[in-house]
Parts: sequence; C-alpha cells; structure tokens
Amino acid sequence: MAKFGVVVFPGSNCDEDMVLALRSVAPEAEGHQVIKLWHKDHDLQGVDVVILPGGFSYGDYLRSGAIARFSPIMTEVINFANKGGHVMGVCNGFQILAEAGLVPGALLHNTGRSFICRNVNVTATTTNSPFSAEAVPGQAYTIPIAHGEGRFFINADGLKSLQDNDQIIYQYCDATGQVTDDANPNGSVYNIAGVSNKAGNVFGMMPHPERAASALLGNTDGFVVLKGLLMGVGV
Amino acid sequence: MSSSSATTNNQSSNAAITFRTAQKLGLLEEEFERIKEILGRVPNFTELSIFSVMWSEHCSYKNSIVWLKTLPKDSPRMLAKAGEENAGLVDIGGGLACSFKIESHNHPSALEPYQGAATGVGGINRDIFTMGARPIAQLNSLRFGNPDLERTKWLVRGVVKGIGDYGNAFGVPTVGGELYFDDCYQVNPLVNAFSAGIVEVDKVARATSYGVGNPVYIVGSATGKDGIHGATFASEDIGAHSAAKLPAVQVGDPFQEKLLLEATLEAIATGYVIGIQDMGAAGIICSTSEMSAKGEHGMTIWLDKVPTRQADMLPWEILLSESQERMLVVIDKGHEQEIKAIFDKWDLNCALIGEVTNTERLHFYMHGELVADVPADDLVLGGGAPVYHREYKEPAYTAEVAAFNPSKVPQPDYASVANHLLTHPNIASRRWVARQYDSMVGTGTLTTNKPSDAGVVMVKGTNKAIAICVDCNGRYVHANPEKGTAIAVAEAARNVVCSGGTPIAITNNLNFGNPYNPEVYWQFVSAIKGMTTACLKFGTPVTGGNVSFYNQSNDGGAVFPTPTIGMLGLLDNAANHTGLAFAQPDDLIYLLGPSTDDIGSSQYVYSYLGIKLSTAPYLDLDIEWNVQQVVSNSIKSGYIQSAHDVSDGGLLVTLAESAMPKDLGFSIQTNPDVRKDAFLFGEGQSRVVVSVSPGQKAEFERYLVQEANIPWAKLGVVTKGPAYVVDGQELINNSIKDAYDTVLEKLFG
Repeated sequence: MAKFGVVVFPGSNCDEDMVLALRSVAPEAEGHQVIKLWHKDHDLQGVDVVILPGGFSYGDYLRSGAIARFSPIMTEVINFANKGGHVMGVCNGFQILAEAGLVPGALLHNTGRSFICRNVNVTATTTNSPFSAEAVPGQAYTIPIAHGEGRFFINADGLKSLQDNDQIIYQYCDATGQVTDDANPNGSVYNIAGVSNKAGNVFGMMPHPERAASALLGNTDGFVVLKGLLMGVGV
Repeated sequence: MSSSSATTNNQSSNAAITFRTAQKLGLLEEEFERIKEILGRVPNFTELSIFSVMWSEHCSYKNSIVWLKTLPKDSPRMLAKAGEENAGLVDIGGGLACSFKIESHNHPSALEPYQGAATGVGGINRDIFTMGARPIAQLNSLRFGNPDLERTKWLVRGVVKGIGDYGNAFGVPTVGGELYFDDCYQVNPLVNAFSAGIVEVDKVARATSYGVGNPVYIVGSATGKDGIHGATFASEDIGAHSAAKLPAVQVGDPFQEKLLLEATLEAIATGYVIGIQDMGAAGIICSTSEMSAKGEHGMTIWLDKVPTRQADMLPWEILLSESQERMLVVIDKGHEQEIKAIFDKWDLNCALIGEVTNTERLHFYMHGELVADVPADDLVLGGGAPVYHREYKEPAYTAEVAAFNPSKVPQPDYASVANHLLTHPNIASRRWVARQYDSMVGTGTLTTNKPSDAGVVMVKGTNKAIAICVDCNGRYVHANPEKGTAIAVAEAARNVVCSGGTPIAITNNLNFGNPYNPEVYWQFVSAIKGMTTACLKFGTPVTGGNVSFYNQSNDGGAVFPTPTIGMLGLLDNAANHTGLAFAQPDDLIYLLGPSTDDIGSSQYVYSYLGIKLSTAPYLDLDIEWNVQQVVSNSIKSGYIQSAHDVSDGGLLVTLAESAMPKDLGFSIQTNPDVRKDAFLFGEGQSRVVVSVSPGQKAEFERYLVQEANIPWAKLGVVTKGPAYVVDGQELINNSIKDAYDTVLEKLFG
C-alpha cells in the first residue's frame, strides 16, 4: 500500500495526467492512494512518495523552477527528501528539484533553442534505483518529452561523480537501445534523461512517463518508471 | 435617468466633438449622426470612443451580419446558436457539451508576430472557459507570404513560438492545424486560433447580466494601456502607418490565463455566477454592454475601482483597454465572499467595480463623476449597432479563371512533379511546427501515436472522443468562392470521417479583404452561399466564429479569400479512431470516390506549371456525401486499416503520406481512361485512399459492390518499400521522406 502526493503548483499542467497514470498502476481498489498537495500548504499528509509534475509552476518567466523551490510546500518536500523520503520530479518537476539542489546538475535551454514535443527513446543506465528497477537493461522505452529547457548540464567532475555513484538512471537512446549522439534530442550531457541524488531517494527525469501509460493512447512504456516506483519504494 | 449636462462637460477633450473627431476614430458621418440621435446630444470623447469600438467591424459585424444570418444554424445538437454566447455549444451526449470556436489575430500578428499569435491563443481559450468549459484541444490555421523572404521567416518563427509558448504553458494540447504560403499573404499573414472544451450541460455559464443590485466584478490581470483601439485597428487596412499602432497589440501572460482558467471554472461551479464574459476586443465596454444588452439590464461601473497597471489612465483608456487575461463577472448578491475566496486562492485580482441596475443603460463613473452614459442595447450587434448592405460585383479575373483550358497542358515528367510536390512548403511535413507545440498534455490525444486526417482527443471519463480540424484552400476559394468554400466544408467533414468521427458542427473564420471593395464583397457573399449549401448537405450548422475583413495591404490588393472552416466531429466510441498510415505490406489499397480529368487549381498547376489562375477543383456534394458514408461504414465494420483523404498535391502525395510513417512502399496502377497527371496530381474532391488487409478483401469488396453507391477502384498493394511504384515503374522512393520531413526546418529552423 502506497500513498502518492502529487504537488500542484499554480502553473502545473501535468498534475491531473500524473494522478490518473498513478491511479492506473496503484489502484485505490488495492488500497493505494493518490492525492494532490497544494503549493501553499505545509502538510505532506503522510504520503510515502512525493511527485513534482510537469508544467510551468509559477509561469517560469525566470528560469524554469527557480521560484517554485521557494514555495511553502517545497520547504516540506526538501525536509522529506533529506530524511530519505522518495521524491520524483518530471519535466518541470525535475527542473524544480535541480533548482532546489535535491538532484545534481542544471536544466538549460535545448541546444536548438526551441521547445520540443516528441516521442524519444530512453534506456535504463542502472537498475539499482527504485525508479528503474523494473527496466530491462539495454532495452529502449519510448517516452515523450515536451520542454524548452531540458538540456541536462553538469561539469566533468560532476559527471564522474554521477557515474561513480550510479546516479545516472536513464539516458536518451535510439530505437535499439544504443546511446548515440543522434538520439540526444536536446544536447544533454552524456545523453542524460534522468538522474538521482547520491542517496538514491530523489529522482528527476525530463521525459513524461505519465504520457506513456495508456493502451488507448498507444504507449504503455511509461509504466516501467511508474510501476518501478510502486515496487521500488517498498511500501 | 438623463445626465447629458454632466456628461458633456466632464472632459477637456469634449471641447469640440465634431464629425472630424468621429472620423479619426473610424466612424462614418451617418454613424456620427446616429450616435447624436441615440444620445439626444453630442457625445463626449469617452462616449464617442465607446461607439467607435463597439460599432467597429470587429465587434458589430456591421458589414457582414446580413449575410451571416443566412447561414444554417439549426441542429438537434445545438445548445447555443451562433452569436448568442462567446462560443458555439454542441450537445455530445451523456450530459456533456462541446464548446468550440475559431478566431483571428491577423493584424496584431502582422506587426508583432509573437505577441499577436500568443494573445490570439489566449483569447480563444477564454471564449471557451468563460462558458464553463475546460479546453481540451487547440488548432491553428496560418497563412504567410513567400517563405524564402526574411520578413516571412521572422513572422513564421514569431507566430509559431508565440502559439507554442502560450499554449504549452496554458497546458492545452495543440493537435493540428494548417500552414500555407502564398505571395498574397506577404503583407498580411493570417493567424487563426481554434479551441474546443468540454462542459457538463447543466453547468454552462452565460454571458448575461441581470438582477438589480447584483455586484459586478473584474477578475484577473490589471488593466493597462495595451491594446487600446485594437478592435478599430482590426477593422482597417494595414498600411505604412500601422507600425505606429503597436500599442494596439496586446501582451499575453499564459500563467495568468492558467490561473484564470482554474479560478473561473471553480467560480462557475459554485452556481453563484449570474453571468461572465471574457475581455477580448474592446475590453470592459464590450463585456459590460453585451452582457447588459443580453440580460436587458443596465450597469453602474466605477472605473476608478478597476485595478490598473499604470497611473493616470483616462476613463476611455480603461474602458477600451484590451489587456489580456481578464473577465467581467456578475455575482448573485450575498455570495461575494465565496467567489472572492476562489480568486484569492489563485492569487488573482477580484475587484468590485459596479452593480446591475434596471436602467438598460451603462453609467460609467470616475472618482464620482459621470463620464459616460450610454444605452447598452444601442451599442451591440442585434441591437442598435449599424447594419449595412454592401454592394458587390463579380471581379474581372473570374473570366480568366474560366478560360483555363487543361487540354493545352501537356503531360509532365511525373517523377519531377512528385518531387516538386512532396518538397513544396505547402505540402511537406509540418514536423518543424508541430514539435514546437505540446500535443500530448492532458493525455487524451489519440493522434500522437496514430496520426489521422483530423486531430482526435478523448473526452475524459467517457468512451467518446472529439475529432477536430481546420481547412481552407484559399487558392480554390479565389478561383471560385462559392465552390471553393463548399470544398473547405467538404474537406473538413472528410477529414473528420476518415479519422472515424461524424461531423456535427462548424465554426468559421472568414478572412477577406476590404468589404467596401465590391469585388471583395462578392467573394464574401459567394463564400457564404457555398458554405450554406455544404453545411446543409453535411448537417453541420455554423455555431459562430469570426469575420476578419481588411486583410490586405494598401498597395498589394487583397489576400485570397480564406474562409477557414473549423469542424467539430464526434466519435461515440474512441475505438473507431482510424489512422492515415498504411499498416503492413501486402495490404490492398483502394481509392474510394471519382477519378476525373480535373487538374484545376492544384498545387501542380499553380506552382509546378506556374499557371496562377485556373478553375476550382471538381466537387459534387452528393457524391462527396456518399463517399463519406462509405468510409464511415467501412471503419465501423472494421474493413479498413487506414483512411487518408486526397487533398493538396493529389493522389500521389496521399499515398506517400500513408506510406512514410512506417517506411513502407506501394505499387499502384493508374486508370487509362483518366489523364495521368490528373489521376496522380489533380485535386478533384471526394476521394479517400483506404488500405485493407488481405483477410478483409472479400468482405470489403462485397460491401462496395452490393451496398456502396460510389465509384471506386482497387489501386494496388502496400509493399515493404522503399519504392513508390506507378504502373510497374519506380516513380520515386522512400528516400524522399527525409526531404519531405525537413523542408520547413531548412527554411525556418
């Protein structure tokens, strides 16, 4: 039984999509709960996992996520994360985690300077994370991206540290699972699509697993992340 | 209540209000006389400004309403008829309605493409959610001039980024659209934005005002000096002086719009909202007058209570400002706190600015002083706004159109034509544009992973989906406005049908030149006639839309008449959604509908052969209707794997577009009785390419022979590729795909 809390910032626009996707992998009928957490509140309501969804938190006219990290709820999310609580940020949620320093690196403007919405392929670089525990190594999963600022950047020392600590969770790849330059949609360092913190309990990714979680929409590859989350947090 | 002495003395600018002042504000002499008659005195400057914007073409439809009224408006599904509300409202069953509309932002986008397009997206979405509907899908229809020119590139990049940045942040998927280039749009691009939303039938909000003493609130953004006289600006030709009107272009803030969406829907759900209308063209004066006229009440408004961005705004500036992301709300007295709490929650302004009266007049006060006193009904369309019958006459160029003689056109090099068409900016992949729009937010878009001729989006919580598209080939309409417009309706309906839906209603965006030019007005009248005929045939009433005249430059003449059709279709069962892509090799390819010798107004004739005037393509509405029924039945019976209509570029382009998504090829036979260029590249209407698995072949052909009363042909088979084979010879192959995909990014990327 797990209780998921999806944070709603005023400019979140993937919160409802995330709630629906989580409910499909963690149904209420099986005792799971998915609730929304309001950005002005200080109460995490006892959730086991906090999700920061996609969108434009406070408009993102400054840097994406730069203001959201100072919101009341984020004070609690930061405390929760520091105590080992599981936190996942998707797209704008990843940007907020990076701005808050909960995951390493920064998300910069895409190399092409344009917003990109399209299906991309990712592969799990490690399966030692609850956020990729369900993934088959070497396999490509089709999960869409939709962002203008998704180019993951970290300096060479930082990258080495990520590698040494097994913090690179997903990388952009081609349809066969090969991590190639051509498969990198936004210029991210080392094709990084998703990283965790050193402790492994906080994770951010640019692709949207909740958009790849419906047979009706023709793509269920996102379940690999969401189901992994459900299994991996061990609640 | 008479207050003429007070109102005529309240402003310095009143000193000498004469016809010259009125003329500067765009009013005609007869209109100035009429205003004096209505008020029983000379208006002051504020009042004159009020009349000038409310009687502008943009707000009053004074030059078009006579003809708009002839459009079909009835269907059992209609919950709000054209013009009654901010957008059309159509019953989609299960206690739900779809609100949808298209609107232009052509003139602002010509001057400031990014903000012009962005605020167009904002405006159309407010029209939808002010009715209580949550927008679920957007489209846009764009026209630009020569894509090789730097100014065009600047416009395209700005408009696409403006639409993307606003729509992506607002969080409603953009699921399709149109993009055409032609020299006629060089000075005056067209930017039409479409949105559709879903509302429970018994929770629809109305744009009305009644109940004496009910408080009037303005909510959302503060009011600034942007967009003043935007409606008047939209109602004149673009010329050298237009850049000086830059302050008439508004600035958009999608984050505010998102807050306004959530707060508005929460407020409407309380049941305490009497009436609500967004502030679009002509700002506060438009909302107060239209709501009051509808509810047959008056209002007292205290303009100094309006939150403003700038100090020292004059009354007429506050009244006419087109600052974005604002709404006017009339609340059931006694429930102010419940509503205010909602806007507080979303950190939005919610300011009491007036109250409803029984006077049927609008009294505007500034610091206790009455600054304007006008009757609401006399300002609005359907009330006292002027109505003109404009003269029209057939233009001379139509004789040249009629003189087009296809028999003088020799057969071309088919491979060369195929290459030309598949890499033409009007036909090549829209990928560079589409990827800049979030098409997936909301997780209801069925066309992300299965593209089809219309965008298809789930109605969450049901098995239903809506199918939406925008269509208009201005070249056809220019050649023959009546037929060309009928084609636009027919093609839109065909796109919906090929996607698995049933067409149920349309909205229109009538982009034309200057209505005072009788030849332009002839195009307009003819287009309305063609739309009427086609809409009656398809049972798709016109739920409203937008008229955009004055799309021309002072020196370059009018744009192609471009009556863009926004079609709403319904899939009662989303499982019927059908894609345009061939599924697998060995599937059989059929052409449903007539093959004719027609090449008129095709992209082939227009740009490959360079013949600028030729007849509009073949269309027979009865055959069109029958073809659509056969496609629809074939989808519901599960006979077909894919359906893709034949449109721009003709049959060969259609086949290539069906082959490319899965890197397949095809081998087809032409019809020896039809001229080969027409068969491959003609744009005669009412044709659909479908693919059928070998196992379904017998059943499908039995159906066609025994039940389908249409011409049809078995064209050939899907192959594993890469060759596109015509009559046994490779015409081109799948290697064209890369060129097809990258035409736009090479031009604009």
